[in-house]
Amino acid sequence: METIALYILNGLSWGMLLFLISLGLTTVFGVLGVLNFAHGSLFMLGAYFSLQIMRLSNNFWLALVFAPIFVAIVGAIIERFILKRVYRRNVSYQLLITFGILLILDDSVRLIWGPAYHVIDPPQILSGSINVFGRAYPVYRFFLIVVGPILGIFIWAFFSFTRLGKVIRAAAFDREMAAGIGIDVNKLFTLVFGFGTYLAALGGALAAPHQSVGPAMGERVIIESFIVVVIGGLGSYPGAFVGALVLGIVESFGTAFAGPAQMALPYMLLAFVLLVRPRGLFGKEV
Amino acid sequence: MRFKVQSIILALVLLALALAPIILSKYWINILTEVLIMGLFAMAFNLLFGYSGLLSFGQAAPFGIGAYVTALLIQQKFGGFLTVVGIGTFTALLASVVMGFLCVRRDEIFFAMLSLALGMMLYTIVHNWRDVTGGSDGLPVFGIPHLDLFGLSLNVKSYVNLYYLVFVIFLVGAFFIYVIIGSPHGLIMTSIRENKLRFTFSGGSVNNVRLFVFSIAGMISGLCGSLYCIFTRMASPEMLHWSFSAKPVLMTILGGSGTLFGPAVGSLIFFGLEQLITAYTTNWMIFLGAILVPVVLFFPKGVLGTLLDLLQGREK
Amino acid sequence: MNRDFILETQDIHHSFGRFKVLQGVSIKVPYRQVTALIGPNGAGKTTFYNIISGRYKPTKGKVIFEGKEITQMPAHKRIRIGLSRSFQITNIFSSLTVIENIMVPIAIQMGMAYIFYKRLKNCENLYQRAYEVLKLIGLQDKALIPANQLSYGDKRLVEIAIALAINPRLILLDEPTAGMNPEETDRMIGLIKDLAQETEATFLITEHDMKVVFSLAEYMYVLHQGALLAEGLPQEIRENKAVKEAYLGGSLDA
Repeated sequence: METIALYILNGLSWGMLLFLISLGLTTVFGVLGVLNFAHGSLFMLGAYFSLQIMRLSNNFWLALVFAPIFVAIVGAIIERFILKRVYRRNVSYQLLITFGILLILDDSVRLIWGPAYHVIDPPQILSGSINVFGRAYPVYRFFLIVVGPILGIFIWAFFSFTRLGKVIRAAAFDREMAAGIGIDVNKLFTLVFGFGTYLAALGGALAAPHQSVGPAMGERVIIESFIVVVIGGLGSYPGAFVGALVLGIVESFGTAFAGPAQMALPYMLLAFVLLVRPRGLFGKEV
Repeated sequence: MRFKVQSIILALVLLALALAPIILSKYWINILTEVLIMGLFAMAFNLLFGYSGLLSFGQAAPFGIGAYVTALLIQQKFGGFLTVVGIGTFTALLASVVMGFLCVRRDEIFFAMLSLALGMMLYTIVHNWRDVTGGSDGLPVFGIPHLDLFGLSLNVKSYVNLYYLVFVIFLVGAFFIYVIIGSPHGLIMTSIRENKLRFTFSGGSVNNVRLFVFSIAGMISGLCGSLYCIFTRMASPEMLHWSFSAKPVLMTILGGSGTLFGPAVGSLIFFGLEQLITAYTTNWMIFLGAILVPVVLFFPKGVLGTLLDLLQGREK
Repeated sequence: MNRDFILETQDIHHSFGRFKVLQGVSIKVPYRQVTALIGPNGAGKTTFYNIISGRYKPTKGKVIFEGKEITQMPAHKRIRIGLSRSFQITNIFSSLTVIENIMVPIAIQMGMAYIFYKRLKNCENLYQRAYEVLKLIGLQDKALIPANQLSYGDKRLVEIAIALAINPRLILLDEPTAGMNPEETDRMIGLIKDLAQETEATFLITEHDMKVVFSLAEYMYVLHQGALLAEGLPQEIRENKAVKEAYLGGSLDA
């Protein structure tokens, strides 16, 4: 019983992180119509920038605030100068371009910080562990479980109640119409892509103390956020939440029960959803 | 006019390739061997991408199956060269039929993701099934059997012999793809890419035709995998990873998806770049990405496609 | 089942979610009768076509073709049994040449879709048959031009030619003159008249252009808000009060 609760907690902590990251991916897809292959690399960049800021300032919170912002700027530049040119093209070319960006980012990280893995400690307040069912459970993971939904609610409120949020939703719904009523769709797209990047990078900054920081971080995340977004439905926010929870918990129990097959679990889940119900739980009809 | 110039260039290139072992060292002949194997692999991928409009991120699956089956057969000393490669290719064909059956009913992004997912599932199975596949270490291959044909016995271990063998197979494969593209089936493939809906309302089953192409492409990929196993003297899980699937994709984009030999040219460029850049740094992926992005943006027809356009333009 | 009618629909209902598009549409089309289906925008004509041609399966009701029920039959199989259609928005194989556009349905019909070992250029019978269709339509001089280089009117001709290529028993024309200028429209009317006489096909046409409808139709159905408002000979329809009202005083005059 206790072990099950622990597995659930593990699933939740990774799941909430995945939720933030996937939210970025699904927002970009919903508004721009682009599935960003490089999203995992931006997550990784967030972790590395966070690492760098902490090396310089020794302050986790500083890193948490500023690292995602810097990465978001990188994202905005990518959108403005590269992505913008392929909106009209075939979806396959969009995937290819973002794949090219993935290659550049992944190797840049290797070039700048080296191929080794780095370990970051969580800040004082969040370090250490609490006694849960007789086991020591890291405080930081509780932090992640809590932070995820809180941010999720903020974002939901932003999209539901603020003017900018509604404008973005309108543009996602009908690009031409939005342009027709005077919304600067170009600037909006750059903003939204920057926002999506921000979320990925925030996920990276939060993940840094949770797992070691290394050049292969992006690879796992991009596949998993793809899976979350497909399960939940492309463009759906509640879908991203449910999908992230499902994947987090499935993986958590998988490490315990599935043995060697655990690596295949995310892909099996992805294949299953794509075959049976490609629009996912909350997505639009395909 | 254009046809003649192209034919002459093609003939010259083939002649150069045929004479290469006389001029080049073992190192470069091996590079060329790899270029040809991967070039054919990319051309098979392009049957799906350029001609049928299907972006597959899972071609490593049949490729890797070809490699592993051949490796296992060689380990068991089961038959000569033709047998081990033939069975490897055939197994890849069967696997493609199954994989294709699942993948072709979805479009674009979903097709790409599904092909990636299925390929990765295979990767994880092979990576973890130590007893059979050697796990993450892969299967080393010792004792490559001779090629016995028409009473002659060719020692495939010699790098020159392997090069010529691969060259011949490349030509045969390229010709096979050429025939397919120029056949009624080729017209049908392209029409699906052009207008899936209208194809359905012309009486055709989109899924069945796609499955057919997918299987052919998978068969050729499996052949390349078998050859690759013999070339590298091993079968390793990396050959099934999605990053390996990305190689034919990159080569096709670089060389151009609109022509028969575009992907092969892309293979040449790919390995050429790798040789050039890794002389200075191990981080050559960044250059690959830095080249890929502008090619997709500004040269959608790839190197060969753009060159052919220039040739045509000059005559006008 | 009655074999006097090439097409029969029985009580077709269709909804998209909660939105009811068709509410009990029943029609009967005799062999070789040029039949028109008209109605104001949003009446449900295209949805009805999509159901007959197999793009949708109706929420309720039956589609009967040549005496056999085909309600659940997949779209591509309907083409094989001789039920063909053209589209309102031009739906052709853009980068293929005109003759290649026609060769696609013919190749499928001749069972050549999987022939990967013969040279296409050597398949003379395929080219021959496609050329015959082009002559019927009047596009034979443009056979080798890529379809995307044609004028809009010629593209609409290719649109119909693809539907005709397999020698269908029933052909659904969805607004064949959509977007055409008066000259092109007259040409199309003449063409359809000729085709109706010269081929064995039965034509079912939907149109917005009343001139086209009244020039061609031998019998008419009027669809309004998803239900049949009226049916009858063109003259009867022209004088029908309810139909005139449905068009909100818009002219029914040809």
